Amino acid sequence: MSKLWTIPGGIYPADQKSQSQAQAIGSLPLPDKLLIPLYDHHTGELKLTVAVGDKVKKGQRLTGLNQVSAQHAPTSGWISAIEPRLIAHPSGMTALCIEITTDKKDQWIDQIGYPDYYNLSGAQIREVIAKAGVVGMGGAGYPTAKKLHQAAEAHVDTIIINATECEPYITADDMLIREHAEEIIQGIDIVRQAINVKTKVIIGIENNKPEAIAILKQQTKHTDIEVLSFPTKYPSGGEKQLIQIVSGNQVPRDKRPTDIGILCLNSATIFAIKRAVINGEPLISRVTTVTGGACTINRNYHTLIGTPVEFLLRHNGFDNEKCSGLIMGGPMMGINLSSATVPINKTSACILAPDHYEMPERQAEQACIRCGLCEDVCPASLLPQQLLWYAKAENHERLEAHNLFDCIECGACAYVCPSNIPLVHYYRNSKGSILNANREKVVSDQAKQRFEFRKARLLNAEQARKEKRQSRQLMMEATAAELTNDGQNTGTDAAAIIKAAQLRVLNKQASPQKKIAQLERTLLSAQKRVEEAQQRLNEAIASGSAEQQAQQRASLESARQKQVKTQQRLAEMKAQ
Amino acid sequence: MMSSRKSSPHTRRRQDTGEIMQLVLLATLPGMFVLTYHFGWGILINVAIASLCCVSAEATILALRNRPAQTYLRDYSALVTAVLLGLALPPLVPWWVVMVASIFSIVVAKQLYGGLGSNPFNPAMVGYVVVLISFPIEMTTWVTPVSLLPEGSYHPSLWQSIVIVFGQATPVDGITGATPLDLFKHDNGLLVSQIYQQNALFNQASFAGVGWEWANFAFLIGGVALMKKGIFTWHAPGAMLLSLALMSLLFWDEGSSESPGSPLLHLFSGATMLGAFFIITDPVSSATSQRGRLIYGALIGILIYVIRAWGHYPDAVAFAILLGNLSAPLLDRYTIPRAYGQVRAVKLEENK
Repeated sequence: MSKLWTIPGGIYPADQKSQSQAQAIGSLPLPDKLLIPLYDHHTGELKLTVAVGDKVKKGQRLTGLNQVSAQHAPTSGWISAIEPRLIAHPSGMTALCIEITTDKKDQWIDQIGYPDYYNLSGAQIREVIAKAGVVGMGGAGYPTAKKLHQAAEAHVDTIIINATECEPYITADDMLIREHAEEIIQGIDIVRQAINVKTKVIIGIENNKPEAIAILKQQTKHTDIEVLSFPTKYPSGGEKQLIQIVSGNQVPRDKRPTDIGILCLNSATIFAIKRAVINGEPLISRVTTVTGGACTINRNYHTLIGTPVEFLLRHNGFDNEKCSGLIMGGPMMGINLSSATVPINKTSACILAPDHYEMPERQAEQACIRCGLCEDVCPASLLPQQLLWYAKAENHERLEAHNLFDCIECGACAYVCPSNIPLVHYYRNSKGSILNANREKVVSDQAKQRFEFRKARLLNAEQARKEKRQSRQLMMEATAAELTNDGQNTGTDAAAIIKAAQLRVLNKQASPQKKIAQLERTLLSAQKRVEEAQQRLNEAIASGSAEQQAQQRASLESARQKQVKTQQRLAEMKAQ
Repeated sequence: MMSSRKSSPHTRRRQDTGEIMQLVLLATLPGMFVLTYHFGWGILINVAIASLCCVSAEATILALRNRPAQTYLRDYSALVTAVLLGLALPPLVPWWVVMVASIFSIVVAKQLYGGLGSNPFNPAMVGYVVVLISFPIEMTTWVTPVSLLPEGSYHPSLWQSIVIVFGQATPVDGITGATPLDLFKHDNGLLVSQIYQQNALFNQASFAGVGWEWANFAFLIGGVALMKKGIFTWHAPGAMLLSLALMSLLFWDEGSSESPGSPLLHLFSGATMLGAFFIITDPVSSATSQRGRLIYGALIGILIYVIRAWGHYPDAVAFAILLGNLSAPLLDRYTIPRAYGQVRAVKLEENK
């Protein structure tokens, strides 16, 4: 048995899990319509491969191949709309969604599975996983194939399976393990195959799931997989926290777990990997807990991605009057749903419909008395009370000095705050405004640089002109002096005029070299401009909208043309 | 259905500031009881007057600041200030001294800085120090513990005490006297053993002065209970008591006439335990991080000893705490804990 470590802070909220554990994972009837959101904050919007009116079969890919987290049709039917709809997002934003009107036939495409996956290379397995649209189902939704690729590159030596599920109310992973432990163990084997067969595997699970632990222990009896259970404490299931509990190491700031040789995957993700690789089943369904006092039935379901939340609620005897606010996810980190029309996505582990007794309206915020309860529970060892102080003062410098960006927004501080202060809300706002300020600063710095550069260039040009003028004048004076001397001999002005004309010709003869030099300078600056345009385009591709990208592309093209023209003229000059 | 609960977390523990303050009030009861037993009704009258003045001052200022007085009064913080002040002031002190201290605490030391959570100094200590400096005679007269009263005389009854406090009568001779720390301050010619032998305050006491030792012990009990409840951590009180004990041990010369007293005397006399568990644990005016609170507590412990031993005042808890409060923001600046995953600054040579 490996040693266990502990994390600082943490809280012990009532776990409220028994309500949804009474029944096995259920299945739902097919809804009339499914809504597949195309927004993914890791890759931006996905590229479509279908159009309105197309018929689709279950498991058919709806988005482009090159995308790492593709979307698939969860059942057969036809595309009835592709338009922006409200999605589950803290800001209540809309995003492009594909609406599928189901035909209730549930017809599969030809499924291509690899039960003999051990004959495939790691890269091949990762490609299968990428094509199946598997993402981290524990919360962040990071594309799994990408993560596996990083793990393989980084020579990871430990895989930690996160079966912690530390949020109250949620039992989706717990029930999945109880009913599909064998498939999860297969999934672990596939992951090993995809990175390195010799990797050590640890399943981390909180000790409030004795049934799941017993099943896992039994299933792993003849393997080298280790099942580690540890005392229940929120937020032990955070990736960084679990890594600390199991390995005793902390993931350095700005680094990934793979950088310290650890790959961390959620148990539901492992299940999805197994289904994708062995059964040829893309990620089109997940286990979702529907629970809370405002529902008469509290239970887990195999839920198709895209199922509207209201469909689930109706199925569970939801009473709108009793509900004090819909939440997607758990009570600690879930997001408030402003509408029940939003669809279930790949990370929706829970729909929580609490009644007014379970989660009463938030009381008025009182003054912070700096009691320090928040500090005692912070798993990241921050000083939440100081952060609040500086967040209110918008003191960005002090906020960063107090490690604001190490906050994982677990909500433990706000949970214990006796003054009802929505601390996490303040921190989110501050993070947003700091990021904005930094972005603006980059833009204004660039503008300033451009301005300074232009000023210097103009100044140089002016200087060069001045020098030229001076030298020309000097030469004229010299010639004039010479002429006057000559004039004393000849006594005519005509000779002076001839001499000046000769000098001008001389000057002109010297000019090809000057012209070449000038052209070379022009060429250099043109090259520089092309490089800058390329860089801006890359930035636009990384973060900007399509419009910005097009703009940057156009400016890059014009810069290139100028460069080519200059090169041509230079070549001509040199040839002469 | 759609509520104002827009941001996670959506649930919270049901314990509010008012409840924390009520627990603090509850924890002062043993100490209050022991003080009343030994020093008479004066203590309770102090607490009553201070409560009345503090709460009405708080309500008035909140009204002037256009704040909902009811909401803010429910945090009980004014009452906590009042009770701590009442316990710290000498029993049977004239009513107007209590009133001045209370009003100064709430109006100047707390509300003028922005109310609860914004005051840099502990309000009760500011009020206490203001009257200590302004009215030294009233403030240095302590009642004699009940067991040391001359044969046949008693502490004044509740009614008599009220009459005395409101200036309509003067206390009978013999019911006021020196405190243990006063004795050490002013009996310089004597060896410690002589002080202990000659003075009833000590020769009838168990370890640190009749009445005082048990009052301190009671505050210790109340404080430990609060600590167990998780209202504050051990860091500040622990560091303060430890540094005070170490200082008194360091300068303990086995009882010469110059000696400022033994560690036991310093730990269990004067306002030591009240200060350690009820004043320096005031989170608003103390340092923030655990490391910060350790330094903060230790600093106050050292200052208490320094002022008691070499300063002009026999007790020094209030001054030491105010000085500690002053240093808290600086401590906060230099004691930010290392966050998860934060690596210590890499030296430049290692980057080569």
